[in-house]
Amino acid sequence: MARQPDGPPPPPTVQKLRLRYAKRGPLRFASHRDLARALERALRRAQVPMAFSAGFSPHPKISYVGAAPTGAASEAEYLEIGLARRCDPEQVRAALDASLPAGVDVLECVEAAEGGGSLADRIDAARWRVELPGVEPAELAAAVEELLARDAVLVAKRTKNGVRDVDARGPVASASTGGEAGCAILHVVVRQVTPAVRPDDVVAALAAVADLRPPSPPRAVREAQGRLDGSGTVADPLGPDREARARCQGEHAAV
Amino acid sequence: MSGQSLYPRLEPLLAQVQKPIQYVGGELNAQVKAWDDVAVHWALMYPDAYEVGLPNQGLMILYEVLNERPDALAERTYAVWPDLAALMREHGVGQFTVDAHRAVRDFDVLGVSFATELGYTNLLEALDLAGVPLHAADRDETHPVVVAGGHAAFNPEPIADFVDCAVLGDGEQVVGDVTDVVAAWKEQGRPGGRVELLARLARVDGVYVPRFYAVSYGPGGAIAAVTRTRDDVPARVGKRTVMDLDEWPYPKTPLVPLAESVHERMSVEIFRGCTRGCRFCQAGMITRPVRERTITGIGSMVDQGLRATGYEEVGLLSLSSADHSEIGQVAKELADRYEGTNTGLSLPSTRVDAFNVTLANELSRNGRRSGLTFAPEGGSERIRRVINKTVSKEDLVRTVTTAYANGWTQVKLYFMCGLPTETDEDVLEIAELAVEVIRAGREASGRKDIRCTVSIGGFVPKPHTPFQWAGQASAETIDHRLRVLRQAINADRRTGRSIGLRYHDGQPGVVEGLLSRGDRRVGRVIERVWREGGRFDGWSEHFSYERWTAAAAAELAPLGVDLDWFTTRERTQDEVLPWDHLDSGLDKEWLWDDWQDALSEEEVADCRWTPCYDCGVCPTNGTEIQIGPTGRSLLPLTVVGR
Repeated sequence: MARQPDGPPPPPTVQKLRLRYAKRGPLRFASHRDLARALERALRRAQVPMAFSAGFSPHPKISYVGAAPTGAASEAEYLEIGLARRCDPEQVRAALDASLPAGVDVLECVEAAEGGGSLADRIDAARWRVELPGVEPAELAAAVEELLARDAVLVAKRTKNGVRDVDARGPVASASTGGEAGCAILHVVVRQVTPAVRPDDVVAALAAVADLRPPSPPRAVREAQGRLDGSGTVADPLGPDREARARCQGEHAAV
Repeated sequence: MSGQSLYPRLEPLLAQVQKPIQYVGGELNAQVKAWDDVAVHWALMYPDAYEVGLPNQGLMILYEVLNERPDALAERTYAVWPDLAALMREHGVGQFTVDAHRAVRDFDVLGVSFATELGYTNLLEALDLAGVPLHAADRDETHPVVVAGGHAAFNPEPIADFVDCAVLGDGEQVVGDVTDVVAAWKEQGRPGGRVELLARLARVDGVYVPRFYAVSYGPGGAIAAVTRTRDDVPARVGKRTVMDLDEWPYPKTPLVPLAESVHERMSVEIFRGCTRGCRFCQAGMITRPVRERTITGIGSMVDQGLRATGYEEVGLLSLSSADHSEIGQVAKELADRYEGTNTGLSLPSTRVDAFNVTLANELSRNGRRSGLTFAPEGGSERIRRVINKTVSKEDLVRTVTTAYANGWTQVKLYFMCGLPTETDEDVLEIAELAVEVIRAGREASGRKDIRCTVSIGGFVPKPHTPFQWAGQASAETIDHRLRVLRQAINADRRTGRSIGLRYHDGQPGVVEGLLSRGDRRVGRVIERVWREGGRFDGWSEHFSYERWTAAAAAELAPLGVDLDWFTTRERTQDEVLPWDHLDSGLDKEWLWDDWQDALSEEEVADCRWTPCYDCGVCPTNGTEIQIGPTGRSLLPLTVVGR
C-alpha cells in the first residue's frame, strides 16, 4: 500500500467557484504555466481558503480550461477552484484580482451549480479578434473570402512531436473582417480540435490561400469561449451557473 | 528624449522569440518611478538569463534600497538570449530594462552583479547592445558609469578595460554613496567631465577605479607592480561591510516573476559571512566576519515576505545556515507560526556536523518534504583536512543513515575534485562512501528505494583564499577522475542503481580559472571570445571550450604567457597577485600560512567558538563578529481570514 502522510486528511471541498479572467497588455506574453503559477500565488496572498489534494505533496484544487496560447491576449480565460470553506464569490473575485499583477484581471466569479456538469463540457469554440498591423482591410477581406471558399487548408504546425500538417480551415466556423487603413482586423470563430487551431494557424492559412503576409506579427485577443450554438454565437459558459443561482435566490425570496 | 520606453518597438519582436514573458517586466513588487523626478538613474544588471537573475538576492536588495531614495530610481536588466539579441540588432532596439523598458544607454549608472566570472561575455554583449563603448577609455560623460559588483569584483582585473569601477563587499551602503557623488557632480554641471566623476568615485570607500592604477609586468610574465597614477586615490582599496543586518531587512517585498525561475521560493538571509574556514571557499573568506540576523529580525522578514509574495517555501539563506546560533528555535517557531498553511522552510546544503533530525523535521513540518543535501566537498578524510572541512567518514555515514531512518529517501552529496594534493584515491573514496551510505541506509530504513545522488564538479582556485597560490587541476585530470569515480560507483550493480552521479566536466572550470585569477591581459581574451560569438558561458549549450582556448592562445602568446600560466601553474609566495591591491581584510601572510597548513593537512578552528586566529579582517575593517543567541522568541501571528 502506498504510504500516507501522518495526520488527518485535508478538509474536503465544500464549494466550487468558476472564474473568468483576462490577460492583457504585455502579459499576453505569459504562457499558461506562467499564469498558473501567478494564480496559485495570488490565491495564497489573497488568503482564499483553498481545498488541497491529499498526499505528501498537497496541491490546491484548481482546474484550468483551454488556455490561450503564449502571445495571445484574452478576455475569456476560465478556471475552477475548490474551497475548503464557503466564501462570497464576489469577495473572492475582488481579493484575487487585487492580488494579481495588473494585466491579469479577474472579471467574474460564480458558484458552480450542483449537477450542472463540468466547465470544460461547456466550451467547444472560441471567438477571436486578430489585429493585423500593416495589412489593408480590403486585402484581408479578399483573403478571408478565399479561405472560406475552401473545404480544407493545410498549414505546418509545430507540435510536441515535431512539425505536422493540420487543417486550419475546417475548424473555422465563421470569419469576417473590418479595421481601418493600415490595420485590418479579422474576427473569427474557431472550433476546439486537437491539435488546437489557433489564430496564428488561421493567419498561416491566409498566407497559403492568398499569399497574405503581414509585415509584423498579428495581435490576437480571445474575446469569448463557450459552446457554439446553431446561430453561430458562442454561449457564455458561466450562464447555466448564474441562472441556477438566480433560480435558487428566487426560491429563497418566495419562501 | 532620455528615459523613454522602447516597448512599442520591442513588442513586435517579442512575438518572435522564446519565452517572451521574461522581457516584459510587470513582476509583482516591481517598481517604476518617473524618470524626471530623480537625479540619479541606476540600471542594475544580472549578466545571465532572466530565470537565473531574477531571484538573485543581491540585485533585489539594491533595487529596493535605491528605489527607496527620493533622488534615485533603479530598474533591472538581464542578458537577452541570442534570438532576441539578433532581432534587436536588426531593428535597432538597444539593451533595455524590464521595468519601464528604458534604454540602458540613458541611465547614469549601470551596476552589474557578478556572482560568477562566466558572465563576462554577457557584459560585453549588453554594452554593445546598449550602444555603450566596450572600453571604459572610449566613453564620454554621456555614457553610464559601468560598475561591477558581486564576489567576482574582488578580482575585476580581467574586466578592468570594460568597467569604470568595481565595488568591493556589501552593496547596501556603497550604492548610496555612489548615488550621492553622481548626484552632486550632475548638480554642479558635470565639472571635469567623466574623469573628475571617476576620481570622485575612487575616493568613496570600497570603490576601485582601475584606470587610476597602472600595472607593469616582469620578465617572467608575472606582475612587477601595481601603482596608482593619482595620489588622491587609495593605494589599496578596502571592502565594505554592513554591520547589524537587522537594520537592513531587504528585500522587504521580494520580486515574484510570472516566468519560471531557478528558485521558486522567497529567501531570507539569516546571516552573512562564514568563518568555518573552508580553504576553497571564496565566499567564506571575503564576507567575514559572521553577522547574524536575529530570530525576531528573521521572523518579521519571513512574515512580511510571505504576505508580499504568496510563495509556499521560504529559504533560510546563508553560507552555512545550520550554524546560526538560534537555528533550532528559528525553525521550530516558524513552523509553529505557519502550522496548517502548507508553508515549507528550507536550508541550502547542510554541514554534516551541524545536521540534526529535529531541525530537519521542523523545516519540513508544514511543507513538502524535499531531499536533504550535504556538502562534504572532499572524498577522503585526508583531503577534507586539506580543505579544512573536517568530518570523519563514520560521522558522515551515521548522519546520512539517520536521515534515511527518519523517512528521507533522497540524499544529495556535494563534492569537488581537483583539490590541491588530491589523488585518484581521494576521489575513489567518494564511491566507497556512497556505497556504504546506501548499504547502511537500506538496513536502517528497511527500504530498498532510498537514493543517494553524488554531485561533483571541478575545483577552481579563487582569489583571496588560501588556495589562491594553488595550481589548478587540468581538464584532463578532472575528467579522468570523474571517469574512474563513475566506474567505481557502477562496479557493484546492487548499490550502483541507487546512486546517481551528476558531474560537470573539466573544461568550463579551466575557463573559470582563467577569469578568476587572471590579470588585465585576460581582458583581450574575453573580448575576442565575445567578438567570435561567445555568450552565456555558464550554459553548456552555448559554451565553447575551443573558442576560449583558441582566443587565449592567440591573444596571450604575444605577451609571453598562456592559459596554463594562469590556471595550472602554482604561484610562489613572493609573486605579486593581480588582486593584491584590493583588500578583503585578510592578511596575506595569514593566507599563506593557511595554505602551508593545508599542505601539511592541519586544521584551523572557527573563530566564533574558539579564540581569534588573526586572519586580519576585523581589525582591518573595524568590524566584529555579531552572533546570538539573543534569548528572544517569535510570537504567534494573527493570520487574517483563517
